[in-house]
Amino acid sequence: MRRRHLAAGALALATLVSVPLAVRAQQPVELQFWHGLNQPLGGMLEQLATDFNATQSTYKVVPSFRGSYAETVVAAIAAFRSSTAPHIVQMFEVGTGTMMSAGRAVKPLHEILAETGVAIDPRDFIGPVAGYYAAADGRMMAMPFNSSTAIAYYNKDMFQRAGLDPNAFPATWQGVEDAARKLKAAGIACPMTTSWPSWIMVEQLLAIHDVPLASRSNGFEGLNTELNLANPVLTRHLTNLVNWQKDGLFRYGGRDTAAEALFPTGECAISFMSSGSRARVTREARFNWGVAMLPYYQGAEGAPRNSIIGGAALWTMNRGPNAQRSPQELRGVAEFFRYISSPAVMAKWHQDTGYVPVTRSAYEVTKAAGYYQQNAGADVPIEQMLRGGDPTANSRGIRLGGFIEIRNIIQEEMERAFQGGATPEAALANANTRGNQVLRNFERTNRNN
Amino acid sequence: MQKKVFFRGRLLPLVLLAPQLAVTVVFFFWPAGQAILQSTMREDAFGFSREFVGLENFREVLEDPAWVNAALNSFVFSALVAGLALGLALFLAVQADKSLRGATVYRSLLIWPYAVAPAVAAVLWLFLFQPQVGLIGRGLNAIGIAWDYRLNGGQAMTLIVIAAAWKQLAYNFIFFLAGLQSIPASVLEAAAIDGARPTRRFWTVIFPLLSPTTFFLLVVNLTYAFFETFGIIHALTGGGPAKATETLIYKVYVDGVENLNLGQSSAQSVILMIIVIALTAIQFRAVEKKVHY
Repeated sequence: MRRRHLAAGALALATLVSVPLAVRAQQPVELQFWHGLNQPLGGMLEQLATDFNATQSTYKVVPSFRGSYAETVVAAIAAFRSSTAPHIVQMFEVGTGTMMSAGRAVKPLHEILAETGVAIDPRDFIGPVAGYYAAADGRMMAMPFNSSTAIAYYNKDMFQRAGLDPNAFPATWQGVEDAARKLKAAGIACPMTTSWPSWIMVEQLLAIHDVPLASRSNGFEGLNTELNLANPVLTRHLTNLVNWQKDGLFRYGGRDTAAEALFPTGECAISFMSSGSRARVTREARFNWGVAMLPYYQGAEGAPRNSIIGGAALWTMNRGPNAQRSPQELRGVAEFFRYISSPAVMAKWHQDTGYVPVTRSAYEVTKAAGYYQQNAGADVPIEQMLRGGDPTANSRGIRLGGFIEIRNIIQEEMERAFQGGATPEAALANANTRGNQVLRNFERTNRNN
Repeated sequence: MQKKVFFRGRLLPLVLLAPQLAVTVVFFFWPAGQAILQSTMREDAFGFSREFVGLENFREVLEDPAWVNAALNSFVFSALVAGLALGLALFLAVQADKSLRGATVYRSLLIWPYAVAPAVAAVLWLFLFQPQVGLIGRGLNAIGIAWDYRLNGGQAMTLIVIAAAWKQLAYNFIFFLAGLQSIPASVLEAAAIDGARPTRRFWTVIFPLLSPTTFFLLVVNLTYAFFETFGIIHALTGGGPAKATETLIYKVYVDGVENLNLGQSSAQSVILMIIVIALTAIQFRAVEKKVHY
């Protein structure tokens, strides 16, 4: 009796040990991929990972949603400090400066490609995108993925009701103001709003007008930069926004994406949003709508130039301060990157979401398929990013350490101006002082990296 | 009267105390020690470079106008939340203590909000007061009151005070009700026979007899308003607009978690710890003298 039990036990033990071993041999290498896209975009992104997993069985990309972009950054950094960082993290453009200074936390894209021999042509990335994610020596640090830019969305039905031409969105801010007055006269409660107040009304505005946001080429040349927020163009624009708000032409809808819902619900006639919001507007809007380039001030010198990019890129992280990635893991990451940047996949992502095509090949594929003829306005973002030839030092982008915090400071001071708690001049001066403090802090703690 | 247990040897009492001590060490002393250590350091977000800076973080925090603003917000917020939650709970408890038909139903309903998680409570209030979709928010705008807590600091503060006080109301209600029910009926009857009217009976008999409960709740409510309202603020206003609802605990979160400035965030939490220890000590010394047990 006892012997039989023993034998059964031994058998059970043997199977317990051997079965997982057998399974493990065939199990794919898991690659953790943290992203910060909510629905519907998050679902589309996770579908990309599923599709990649279906093309091969060696690697398995496991996407997981970690909250907003800012929350994803924080989660990834905390995970790195406890040696549980994901392989790939989606980092929004504001975090680029922080990641560039992150030293051995990040495994640069050019190193991955060189070590694994996987070929992704860096020259295939369109200029503004490649420049944004390249180190000082021009080599790519991160994998560009869902780059966006800001554009204007407008409700054509409301334009018609106000007696405006639904097929011509005003090119200048003067024209936008006139349109907003007519919209208001036609009984529309919210003529215009904006999402991402700092990104669109400050950062994009300055790039389009070829005015620096900070010294040292917006931070591209080093950490010893100073902000330049109290400039005439920005002062003029913030003063206008505050006055328009008083006149009921502009509605402040909150920070980051808080105002995004105001457009697809038909509440506001004009909204300035990410080109990546196209998917949501397409899905939710029950009216005719159009898109157009961001307005500029008539007569401003150097305007209009290209807009800068937003959205996010994929950064590869080491597991922790003392834990490197294995060659096999890096190979998997590189294969995944190659898959998502292949022309067909990238073109589909661009068409489904409204993000700009980050590779020339994807742009060509989309153009050749006649997509831009069938979908009016889908090429507005990329046309706007390529406007005016090569980007200048002021329109290449922004690379400031601690920029997530600086952006919040800018939004806070804008709120103060909208509340009437400070004049636009005072709010901008205050933002400048507080932002410079953040830059000095960052410079000090990152000196040695 | 009292039962006393004597242990032979030292091992058993230590073993019996160990779990509690371990919890205190792991969840209080260790993190508090880490915070004190961290508050004298300055480091980058990824933890590569560390520099000892002494009390520099403290000096910068105390000189920062944003911190002073957060401190003022905290005191205003805590006083309003504690005052509102205690006052309303006492009123409701006195009403529910009367012999009414279906009193148990009222009591159960009043206890419900305590089971609601802070974030959920915040979302409930959001749905009421959001200027575009909220029932009350739309109503206020319709009758001509420009209600938009995303832009008006005073309105934002009002909203989080209401939400935080509502959340704490049930807890206070339970304790006040229990306190009221433990007051002997004979005392009240004696006062009534002596000719004291209900209002007078309340202020001269009931209220003093409730003072231990009130005192206990005051301490708990202030601690709640200081520390446990993070979820409500985070979900409703995010500290905005323009820092109008940023309390000390919220600023610790913003600087440490969002801005990854660990040194200053730790310095703030150490200061917060000192403030709360001081507040509690003052309460026990000053207020407790007036409490009748």
